[in-house]
Amino acid sequence: MSFHFKPAVTAALIAALAVPVGLAPIGFTPAARAADVSLLNVSYDPTRELYQQFNKLFADKYKADTGKTIEIKTSHGGSGKQARSVIDGLEADVVTLALAYDIDAIADKGFLAQDWQKRLPDNSSPYTSTIVFLVRKGNPKDIKDWGDLVKPGVQVITPNPKTSGGARWNYLAAWAYALKKEGSEDKAKDFVRNLFKNVPVLDTGARGSTVTFTERGVGDVLLAWENEAFLSKKEFGDDKFDIVVPSLSILAEPPVAIVDKNVERKGTRDVAEAYLKLLYSKEGQKLAAENFYRPRDPEVAKEYEKVFPKVDLVTIDDAAFGGWRKAQKTHFSDGGVFDQIYSN
Amino acid sequence: MSNASPVRDEPAAVKWTVIGLAALFIGLFIVLPLVNVFAQAFVKGWQAYLDALVEPDALAAIRLTLLVTALSVTANTVMGLVTAWAITKFSFKGKSFLITLIDLPFSVSPVVAGLIFVLLFGAQGYFGPWLIDNGWKIIFAWPGITLATVFVTFPFVARELIPLMQEQGTTEEEAAVTLGAGGWRVFSRVTLPNIKWALLYGVLLCNARAMGEFGAVSVVSGHVRGETNTIPLQVEILYNEYQFQASFAVASLLALLAIVTLLAKTALEARLVSRSGRH
Repeated sequence: MSFHFKPAVTAALIAALAVPVGLAPIGFTPAARAADVSLLNVSYDPTRELYQQFNKLFADKYKADTGKTIEIKTSHGGSGKQARSVIDGLEADVVTLALAYDIDAIADKGFLAQDWQKRLPDNSSPYTSTIVFLVRKGNPKDIKDWGDLVKPGVQVITPNPKTSGGARWNYLAAWAYALKKEGSEDKAKDFVRNLFKNVPVLDTGARGSTVTFTERGVGDVLLAWENEAFLSKKEFGDDKFDIVVPSLSILAEPPVAIVDKNVERKGTRDVAEAYLKLLYSKEGQKLAAENFYRPRDPEVAKEYEKVFPKVDLVTIDDAAFGGWRKAQKTHFSDGGVFDQIYSN
Repeated sequence: MSNASPVRDEPAAVKWTVIGLAALFIGLFIVLPLVNVFAQAFVKGWQAYLDALVEPDALAAIRLTLLVTALSVTANTVMGLVTAWAITKFSFKGKSFLITLIDLPFSVSPVVAGLIFVLLFGAQGYFGPWLIDNGWKIIFAWPGITLATVFVTFPFVARELIPLMQEQGTTEEEAAVTLGAGGWRVFSRVTLPNIKWALLYGVLLCNARAMGEFGAVSVVSGHVRGETNTIPLQVEILYNEYQFQASFAVASLLALLAIVTLLAKTALEARLVSRSGRH
């Protein structure tokens, strides 16, 4: 038994500890990256491509207007999960989420004013979207409308309404269809129950479901944001998937807002305001349309008219739903309709 | 090595079926997927592979992973040593309870491990509001990611050391003390040389897990690009953005690390076996 370290052993021990420690200082450099201002946009799942391009547009404009460089950071995930992170302290300057209720939830914790949705035009939603079906090329299961989704042997892919904004729009569009067709809430309940019986897997966010359907090849139909469906066709080629537009869908308004408490602490209110304002400008609207979000600006909307199919749309403020707070409470809160139909 | 004699009276057919099954299973479920990671990573050639690794967000992820790993492996090496020392060299009340506690991070789901820190340091948590008011960012920043990693990887070093140190007992240390050695001298000249291989082995496992941890880190990360994504989180993001080649290129870094760890582990195991053979 030796009482001394052999040199080789000492070297090995020191290396094992020192290599990571020696490399550690490199880890501190991102904080030292040169940018005059930094902004964090916490967004939902499918907006990755949109905001990648939009951030560049804004950064270039900001540099031209003020001479200062700005670094815009983004975070993406299921809308509900993202709202939870902001509530838990993720320092978002702006939130651009999938639906108003998720921002309401942040407002309820005092991060921004309760009337936030009135601060910007069009319900604070600079672009809209809707829910369509993405099916495999040639539509082998012959899926034409919501009614086809409850047929036996049809596998439907949608994310979890508890965590995903897109999934809540999916669910409510199905509900609106059933209510109109069947005429009673009990029958609508049966309809969505049967629909979710055909769902083999619930991902937490819209992008997860898209990957499940497109890349992993699971399921016959994906209930998707219109923009997400178009993007899948663009990424994988027109010969892989078809988009099916149902007889009725829902007007999805993904809202944007400044998180007052965070911008006040960080002193970034002006930048955050300019950022959101640019979304409403002609350039911002065009960029949204290029990424398959329906623009609000009538001129831009006309220009891209051919891209977006005409759909019969209900809205969340229709009598059947009564706004997001009511819809959230009725359908998605603990013990709500979704819990009732999904657990039995 | 040689005192276990092979079973000779089995029919050859049975023997080869069993060996074949095992090899087939390992090939199909372990080797093939790993090879596929590299195949996918190089599907667009060397240039695309390198481009994926030097992309700013990927570089930031690599830096963050190195930082977090350095901090948590260092912390767990020191604390693992202290804990193993306390448990094996002293006798005190509640010792067996302490040993049970060491295993806690292994039995708790990583998601829960992450949530623990959100509950403590999140804006709605116990210490969060005070910390945020005073400009401390824990959750959704590197300190939180480090804390979660430390929690998840704590058992590795301590678990490696405790059985060995228990087996070795305290007689050598007592002898050293009798000969007039001080505390530090006893530790550095007697204890450390006795446990160095097991320590290195524990550090290695701890390191591998710290770099690869996904669940707990995902909960406290906030997923801010170029800032709070570690390598495993970056792999997921790239995959979800249809950048499959880039995602596998970054994943191949982790796979490489796993292979290096495995080789080092095999070499160490050989040392450990030959050492313990001498006792």
